[in-house]
Amino acid sequence: MNLGTRKLLDRSFTALGIGSIVIMAMTLLIVLVPIVTNGLGALVFKGTIEHRKMLAAEFNRGDRAELERQTALADSSRKPVYAMMAAFEQELTGMDEPRRQQYQQQYAQVRSAIQTLLGPIPGDPLPALTRSQYGQTRWEKAEERLHEVLYEKKWDYSNPDAPAKEYSVSRAAGFEGTSLVKLFPYVEKNIDRMLMPEWTLYWGFITDSSVDAHIFGGIWPEIQGTLFLAIGAMLFAFPLGVVAAIYFTEYAREGFFTSVLRSANSTLAGVPSIVFGLFGLAFFINTLKVSESKSVLAGSLTLAIMILPTIIRAAEEAILSVPKTYKEASLSLGSTKWNTIVTVILPAALPGIITGGVISLGRAAGETAPIIFTAAVSVGSAIGLADVFSSPTPALSWNIYNLASEHEAASEIRHVQYGMVLSLVTIVLLLNLSAIVLRARISQKLKG
Amino acid sequence: MNPEATEAVRRADTMETAVRDIFLPPEREKITSGGKPHVVAKNFSIYYGEFEAVKKVNADILSKYVTAIIGPSGCGKSTFLRSINRMNDLIPNCSTTGSLMFDGADVYGKFTDEVLLRKKIGMVFQKPNPFPKSIFDNIAYGPRLHGVKDRKTLDEIVEKSLRKAALWDEVSNRLDKNALGLSGGQQQRLCVARTLAVEPEILLLDEPTSALDPKATAKIEDLIQELRGSYTIMIVTHNMQQASRVSDFTMFFYEGVLVEHAPTAQLFTRPKDRMTEDYITGRFS
Ligand SMILES: Nc1ncnc2c1ncn2[C@@H]1O[C@H](COP(=O)(O)OP(=O)(O)O)[C@@H](O)[C@H]1O
Ligand SMILES: [Mg+2]
Repeated sequence: MNLGTRKLLDRSFTALGIGSIVIMAMTLLIVLVPIVTNGLGALVFKGTIEHRKMLAAEFNRGDRAELERQTALADSSRKPVYAMMAAFEQELTGMDEPRRQQYQQQYAQVRSAIQTLLGPIPGDPLPALTRSQYGQTRWEKAEERLHEVLYEKKWDYSNPDAPAKEYSVSRAAGFEGTSLVKLFPYVEKNIDRMLMPEWTLYWGFITDSSVDAHIFGGIWPEIQGTLFLAIGAMLFAFPLGVVAAIYFTEYAREGFFTSVLRSANSTLAGVPSIVFGLFGLAFFINTLKVSESKSVLAGSLTLAIMILPTIIRAAEEAILSVPKTYKEASLSLGSTKWNTIVTVILPAALPGIITGGVISLGRAAGETAPIIFTAAVSVGSAIGLADVFSSPTPALSWNIYNLASEHEAASEIRHVQYGMVLSLVTIVLLLNLSAIVLRARISQKLKG
Repeated sequence: MNPEATEAVRRADTMETAVRDIFLPPEREKITSGGKPHVVAKNFSIYYGEFEAVKKVNADILSKYVTAIIGPSGCGKSTFLRSINRMNDLIPNCSTTGSLMFDGADVYGKFTDEVLLRKKIGMVFQKPNPFPKSIFDNIAYGPRLHGVKDRKTLDEIVEKSLRKAALWDEVSNRLDKNALGLSGGQQQRLCVARTLAVEPEILLLDEPTSALDPKATAKIEDLIQELRGSYTIMIVTHNMQQASRVSDFTMFFYEGVLVEHAPTAQLFTRPKDRMTEDYITGRFS
């Protein structure tokens, strides 16, 4: 090959390499940016007075005096709304039958929209569901609701060949000639004063339990559940994996039995996680009966089985990469094999073993399938440490799926879902980061 | 005592006579406390699988003297040396026939505790191999292993061993530093000190200076002279000057066969075997 072609090849390979790295970085950015921005929306947002009322009532948090002052202010600007509604209700009773029917239905819509926006209408009985006891707590949601107060959604079926089109009609026009017509401009103009949006940093999103199935409140039970499950899995899998790795590297004689064990281990590493989930249900819960039904214990055991092959592999590699000379030196000083493993080989292999462990920890934290049948429930409160043997727990991975697909108000609480995603990504990232730091520190210590 | 050992003692006695009367050069003092057969090989072969790497060796290694093992690369020097403290056990398909006795006990006997054996027969390897621990912990590793816990005793052992290895002055003020920060020569002397700390009877050195510069090599050679008379020393070397400088006896191996085993002064001046002569005069390799 002549010099020219070689240089050209070199260059094109460099370009290819740089190109693929750039694409990877871009993909990462494209994935991470929405996760971070949307996820942060659960923590930092424009909260309304309804949010502050909710915090005070449900979590006993916030400045009471200030809240009372603001509530008084808000109530005074809401008063005309309710007054106008009462006046119109009066007016309805005086109308003749056909007109009344025409307005009654429309008015019911307006009334319900106002209730969704501002909370229960004075004089009504307190709704049973917590979610109906407050108006809109987040400003961007309030703005959407305001639109529903002001406009009626209609569908245009005029063109039979095209899908129906959605369009809005001003409600004010529908009430032309009644006393209610003044309500719409008033609400539009005074929405700020009625809801008093303020920039809010809601740390409670991380430390609070959820209220009324994630409509309000935070995700602490999920975070705690994820940590319990991952750490629990580690407690089983890490010691077991390291012992197995020691066996494979130091004790196993090469032979049929060992090679069967080895290939079993490799196969296990490739089994889809849902299979582990079903296995966990069948084995730990139905057969061994480690718990009555789903529990953190059963979930941890299932996750442990799933991450075991990874831990074994990583530990094996770490042990094999310890220079043979350390072992020789130790044995030549009259050390027993076991002593050599404990005092020389394992310390030297520790960085690699720990890295494998923490990566597995991250994987255990993030997996959904193994815990669906064995540990996860969609809504629940944080469980105590003593309950891990018998109680199931909410967990981030499973609840992200649940909120996205099964929650009845999924579209209302996207921010919670994104908040969970961000928390999960952060937990996994932090775990990996700590692995890197730990590894570097131990290696540094070993190098001197 | 079994007949083989008795036979070895008999032969060793003549060897000692040879040393005393003829072949120990004037600058090498006779060692009055030594000269007993410490390691005795009888028809001793070592195999890697089917391959016989060391062939039917008969030899007596005399206590407290320095024995050098020379020979071309691949002739089985390391294999023989490592068989003495059973480091070859680490190699899965390595086996032996014949007998190898240490202090009259069979090294490869059924009931031999190889851990105890290695405590008595220390080894220093070709490449310095300190543990990635502090200098102190390196030296204290062996004693701790064998049950010494008291800090004061450990301090004493560490100092004594480092002094014996002529390293104390260089490292006494940084015992808590990682041993991997030392120079190659210092690391090797540290390895010697580490071995001495378990108070072995025999010191096996496998090309201990091949990874070192001339200055560090000289230090190790001086060290061997210091230790001569206190320990039975066996040193594998490919450097014939080194063999003649440091040893009292020399074993010449060729393709697994122990061709000649004689007092160094004799082997280098009046070799009995043509092959030995050719090798030491540089016609081989
Ligand atoms: N682990 C091993 N497995 C198989 N053969 C080996 C092994 N180690 C050494 N040998 C062979 O045994 C012979 C002697 O090796 P060795 O004792 O290392 O020689 P030396 O130390 O004299 O250079 C060589 O032919 C070498 O290839
Ligand atoms: Mg060698």
